[in-house]
Amino acid sequence: MTTKFLMTTAAALAISASAALAEGETVGFSQIGSESGWRAAETTLTRQQAEERGLQLQFADAQQKQENQIAAIRSFIAQGVDAILLAPVVATGWDSVLEEAKEAEIPVVLLDRQVDSADDLYLTAVGSNLVHEGEVAGEWLAGTVGDAECRIVELQGTTGSSPAIDRKTGFENAISGHDNLEIVRSQTGDFTRAQGKEVMESFLQAENGGKDICALYAHNDDMAVGAIQAIKEAGLKPGEDILIVSIDGVPDLFQAMAAGEANATVELTPNMAGPAFDALAAYWADGTEPAKFIQTESKLFTQADDPAGEYERRKGLGY
Amino acid sequence: MPLLKRLAPQLIALAALALLVTLVFPGFLNISVNDGRLVGPVIDVLKRVAPVALLATGMTLVIATRGIDLSVGTIMAICGAFAAWAIAGGWGLVPALLLALGAGALAGLWNGALVAVVGIQPFVATLILMTMGRGIAQLITEGRILTFTNPGFAFFGSGTFLGLPFPAWLWLATGIGAALLMRRTALGLLIEAIGINRRASALAGVNATVLLIAVYIASGLCAALAGIVVTADIRGADANNAGLWLELDAILAVVIGGNSLLGGRFSILASLLGALIIQTIDTGILLAGFPSEYNLVIKAGLVLVILILQSPRIAAEWRVWRDTRTAPQPAAGARP
Repeated sequence: MTTKFLMTTAAALAISASAALAEGETVGFSQIGSESGWRAAETTLTRQQAEERGLQLQFADAQQKQENQIAAIRSFIAQGVDAILLAPVVATGWDSVLEEAKEAEIPVVLLDRQVDSADDLYLTAVGSNLVHEGEVAGEWLAGTVGDAECRIVELQGTTGSSPAIDRKTGFENAISGHDNLEIVRSQTGDFTRAQGKEVMESFLQAENGGKDICALYAHNDDMAVGAIQAIKEAGLKPGEDILIVSIDGVPDLFQAMAAGEANATVELTPNMAGPAFDALAAYWADGTEPAKFIQTESKLFTQADDPAGEYERRKGLGY
Repeated sequence: MPLLKRLAPQLIALAALALLVTLVFPGFLNISVNDGRLVGPVIDVLKRVAPVALLATGMTLVIATRGIDLSVGTIMAICGAFAAWAIAGGWGLVPALLLALGAGALAGLWNGALVAVVGIQPFVATLILMTMGRGIAQLITEGRILTFTNPGFAFFGSGTFLGLPFPAWLWLATGIGAALLMRRTALGLLIEAIGINRRASALAGVNATVLLIAVYIASGLCAALAGIVVTADIRGADANNAGLWLELDAILAVVIGGNSLLGGRFSILASLLGALIIQTIDTGILLAGFPSEYNLVIKAGLVLVILILQSPRIAAEWRVWRDTRTAPQPAAGARP
């Protein structure tokens, strides 16, 4: 009888313990650092999402160093967290620490970047499809200009970087069926405002003071913001004389759209944690294994989508 | 004219480059007037060269003392961040400029003290600020691009004065002003003396320590001006990217200007021409419309050719070759 009593108490305790866990699971988050405004926004949104779901978030800033991330993950494992979010700074060198997490039966979710490890070492990866982002931008432009002739200039990201290569490929895919659309000049602006402005100035000089340019496609919003200034200083109206489409969805571009100086942006959402937490909730509840890659939505915003309101919603996120 | 003779290699290289760019982009030398301001690729070169030309002015002086200042790109980011922070905080234009220049002077004082008083080698002393300083700028901007709207401050980057972009006036005034100050007073001579032999110059009565610190402060001030120009240009302080690797372009400008990295004789005007040569290459590449993968290869190739043509050893070989070709004829005729 005593044994039976003990067993029921133990079972009751176990049930209450698991119920308590469902309320406040602990998730460790190893963030790369704060290299850009976008990443700061990702950190802010991850904290917000965790709070909304009643999760305990352990945050570790790696200051752009892989060894800091590995140390953070080991410390999460030692604390016995319920899941680990990892935004990996580089693609290689994660095998051993991911195996340690697997042995401890702690699911790992990768955020916005991939790793070169076997895919059974992590639960899933949440990220954007960079080629798709370029396609959304290209489709918007093709739909907007219709059958009119359009000479496009392109501001590329850092030469050789995967966002630059993929966003270029996607855009070219989208416009390939339209003979009236042609990329006439394409140069790297290194993802920065200053370079975007300088390169746009040379495009304007080379294309008859900008009169021969119908649209600008920039691989990120910062270069577009720099280019908008160059177009204004050349005496043209950005957004009217030259259509402007770019990718990322940072607050300053929404401000430019609200002022009518930019036309469209494809959002790279900083809310990677939301889909990650959803997948984790399903996994904790009944062990559902999510797909190995969860693609976030690449949403298109135009001047019709309340850019002033979108700016207000984003400006406090730390961009 | 000795000045023209000193500047001849740089002037010839610049003219040859302008010709080369015109061949691939025929409208390079076209200048038109639009709303009372000059417009054209050459005007863009004069405007875009401003940061490197300003840095090269200070760098020439530092290199003349047998030093080097690797921190100027970082100082640009720090000063730009301070200026944008002050403008965004409603301090007004003049206090913001003074704060930026003060930060530049302080950074120069730090470098100068490490070099002249503590005796750390300039390469190492300025490397400290180069690698750590960007963190200071990021602390000020909190890691984002700190934007502002202030037409007065934006004028320093994109304003027009008497038809020319304001940054062009700024680097011309700074560069020529510094050159006159060096050559119309004994300052230039004293700096050269330190560069050739600091101990000997100190024994001859030159206050080498103070002069060295002053030279690094001058370099810091030039970097502050460059930082103000780039920050005003994009109306925002980008701590991660402002002035990134520009110290290397500034050193290259000084070298293309024919100044020795071992110190001594220097010419600020030649360094300014060196900066113009680099910017003409950069702008030319953009106008020519090559794929961006070729940018750096083309730049490296052209710089290499210019430096080889300037090499004293090549010049000596050329003189020998020319003399041996022309010499035998009178010698043959003189033979009995």
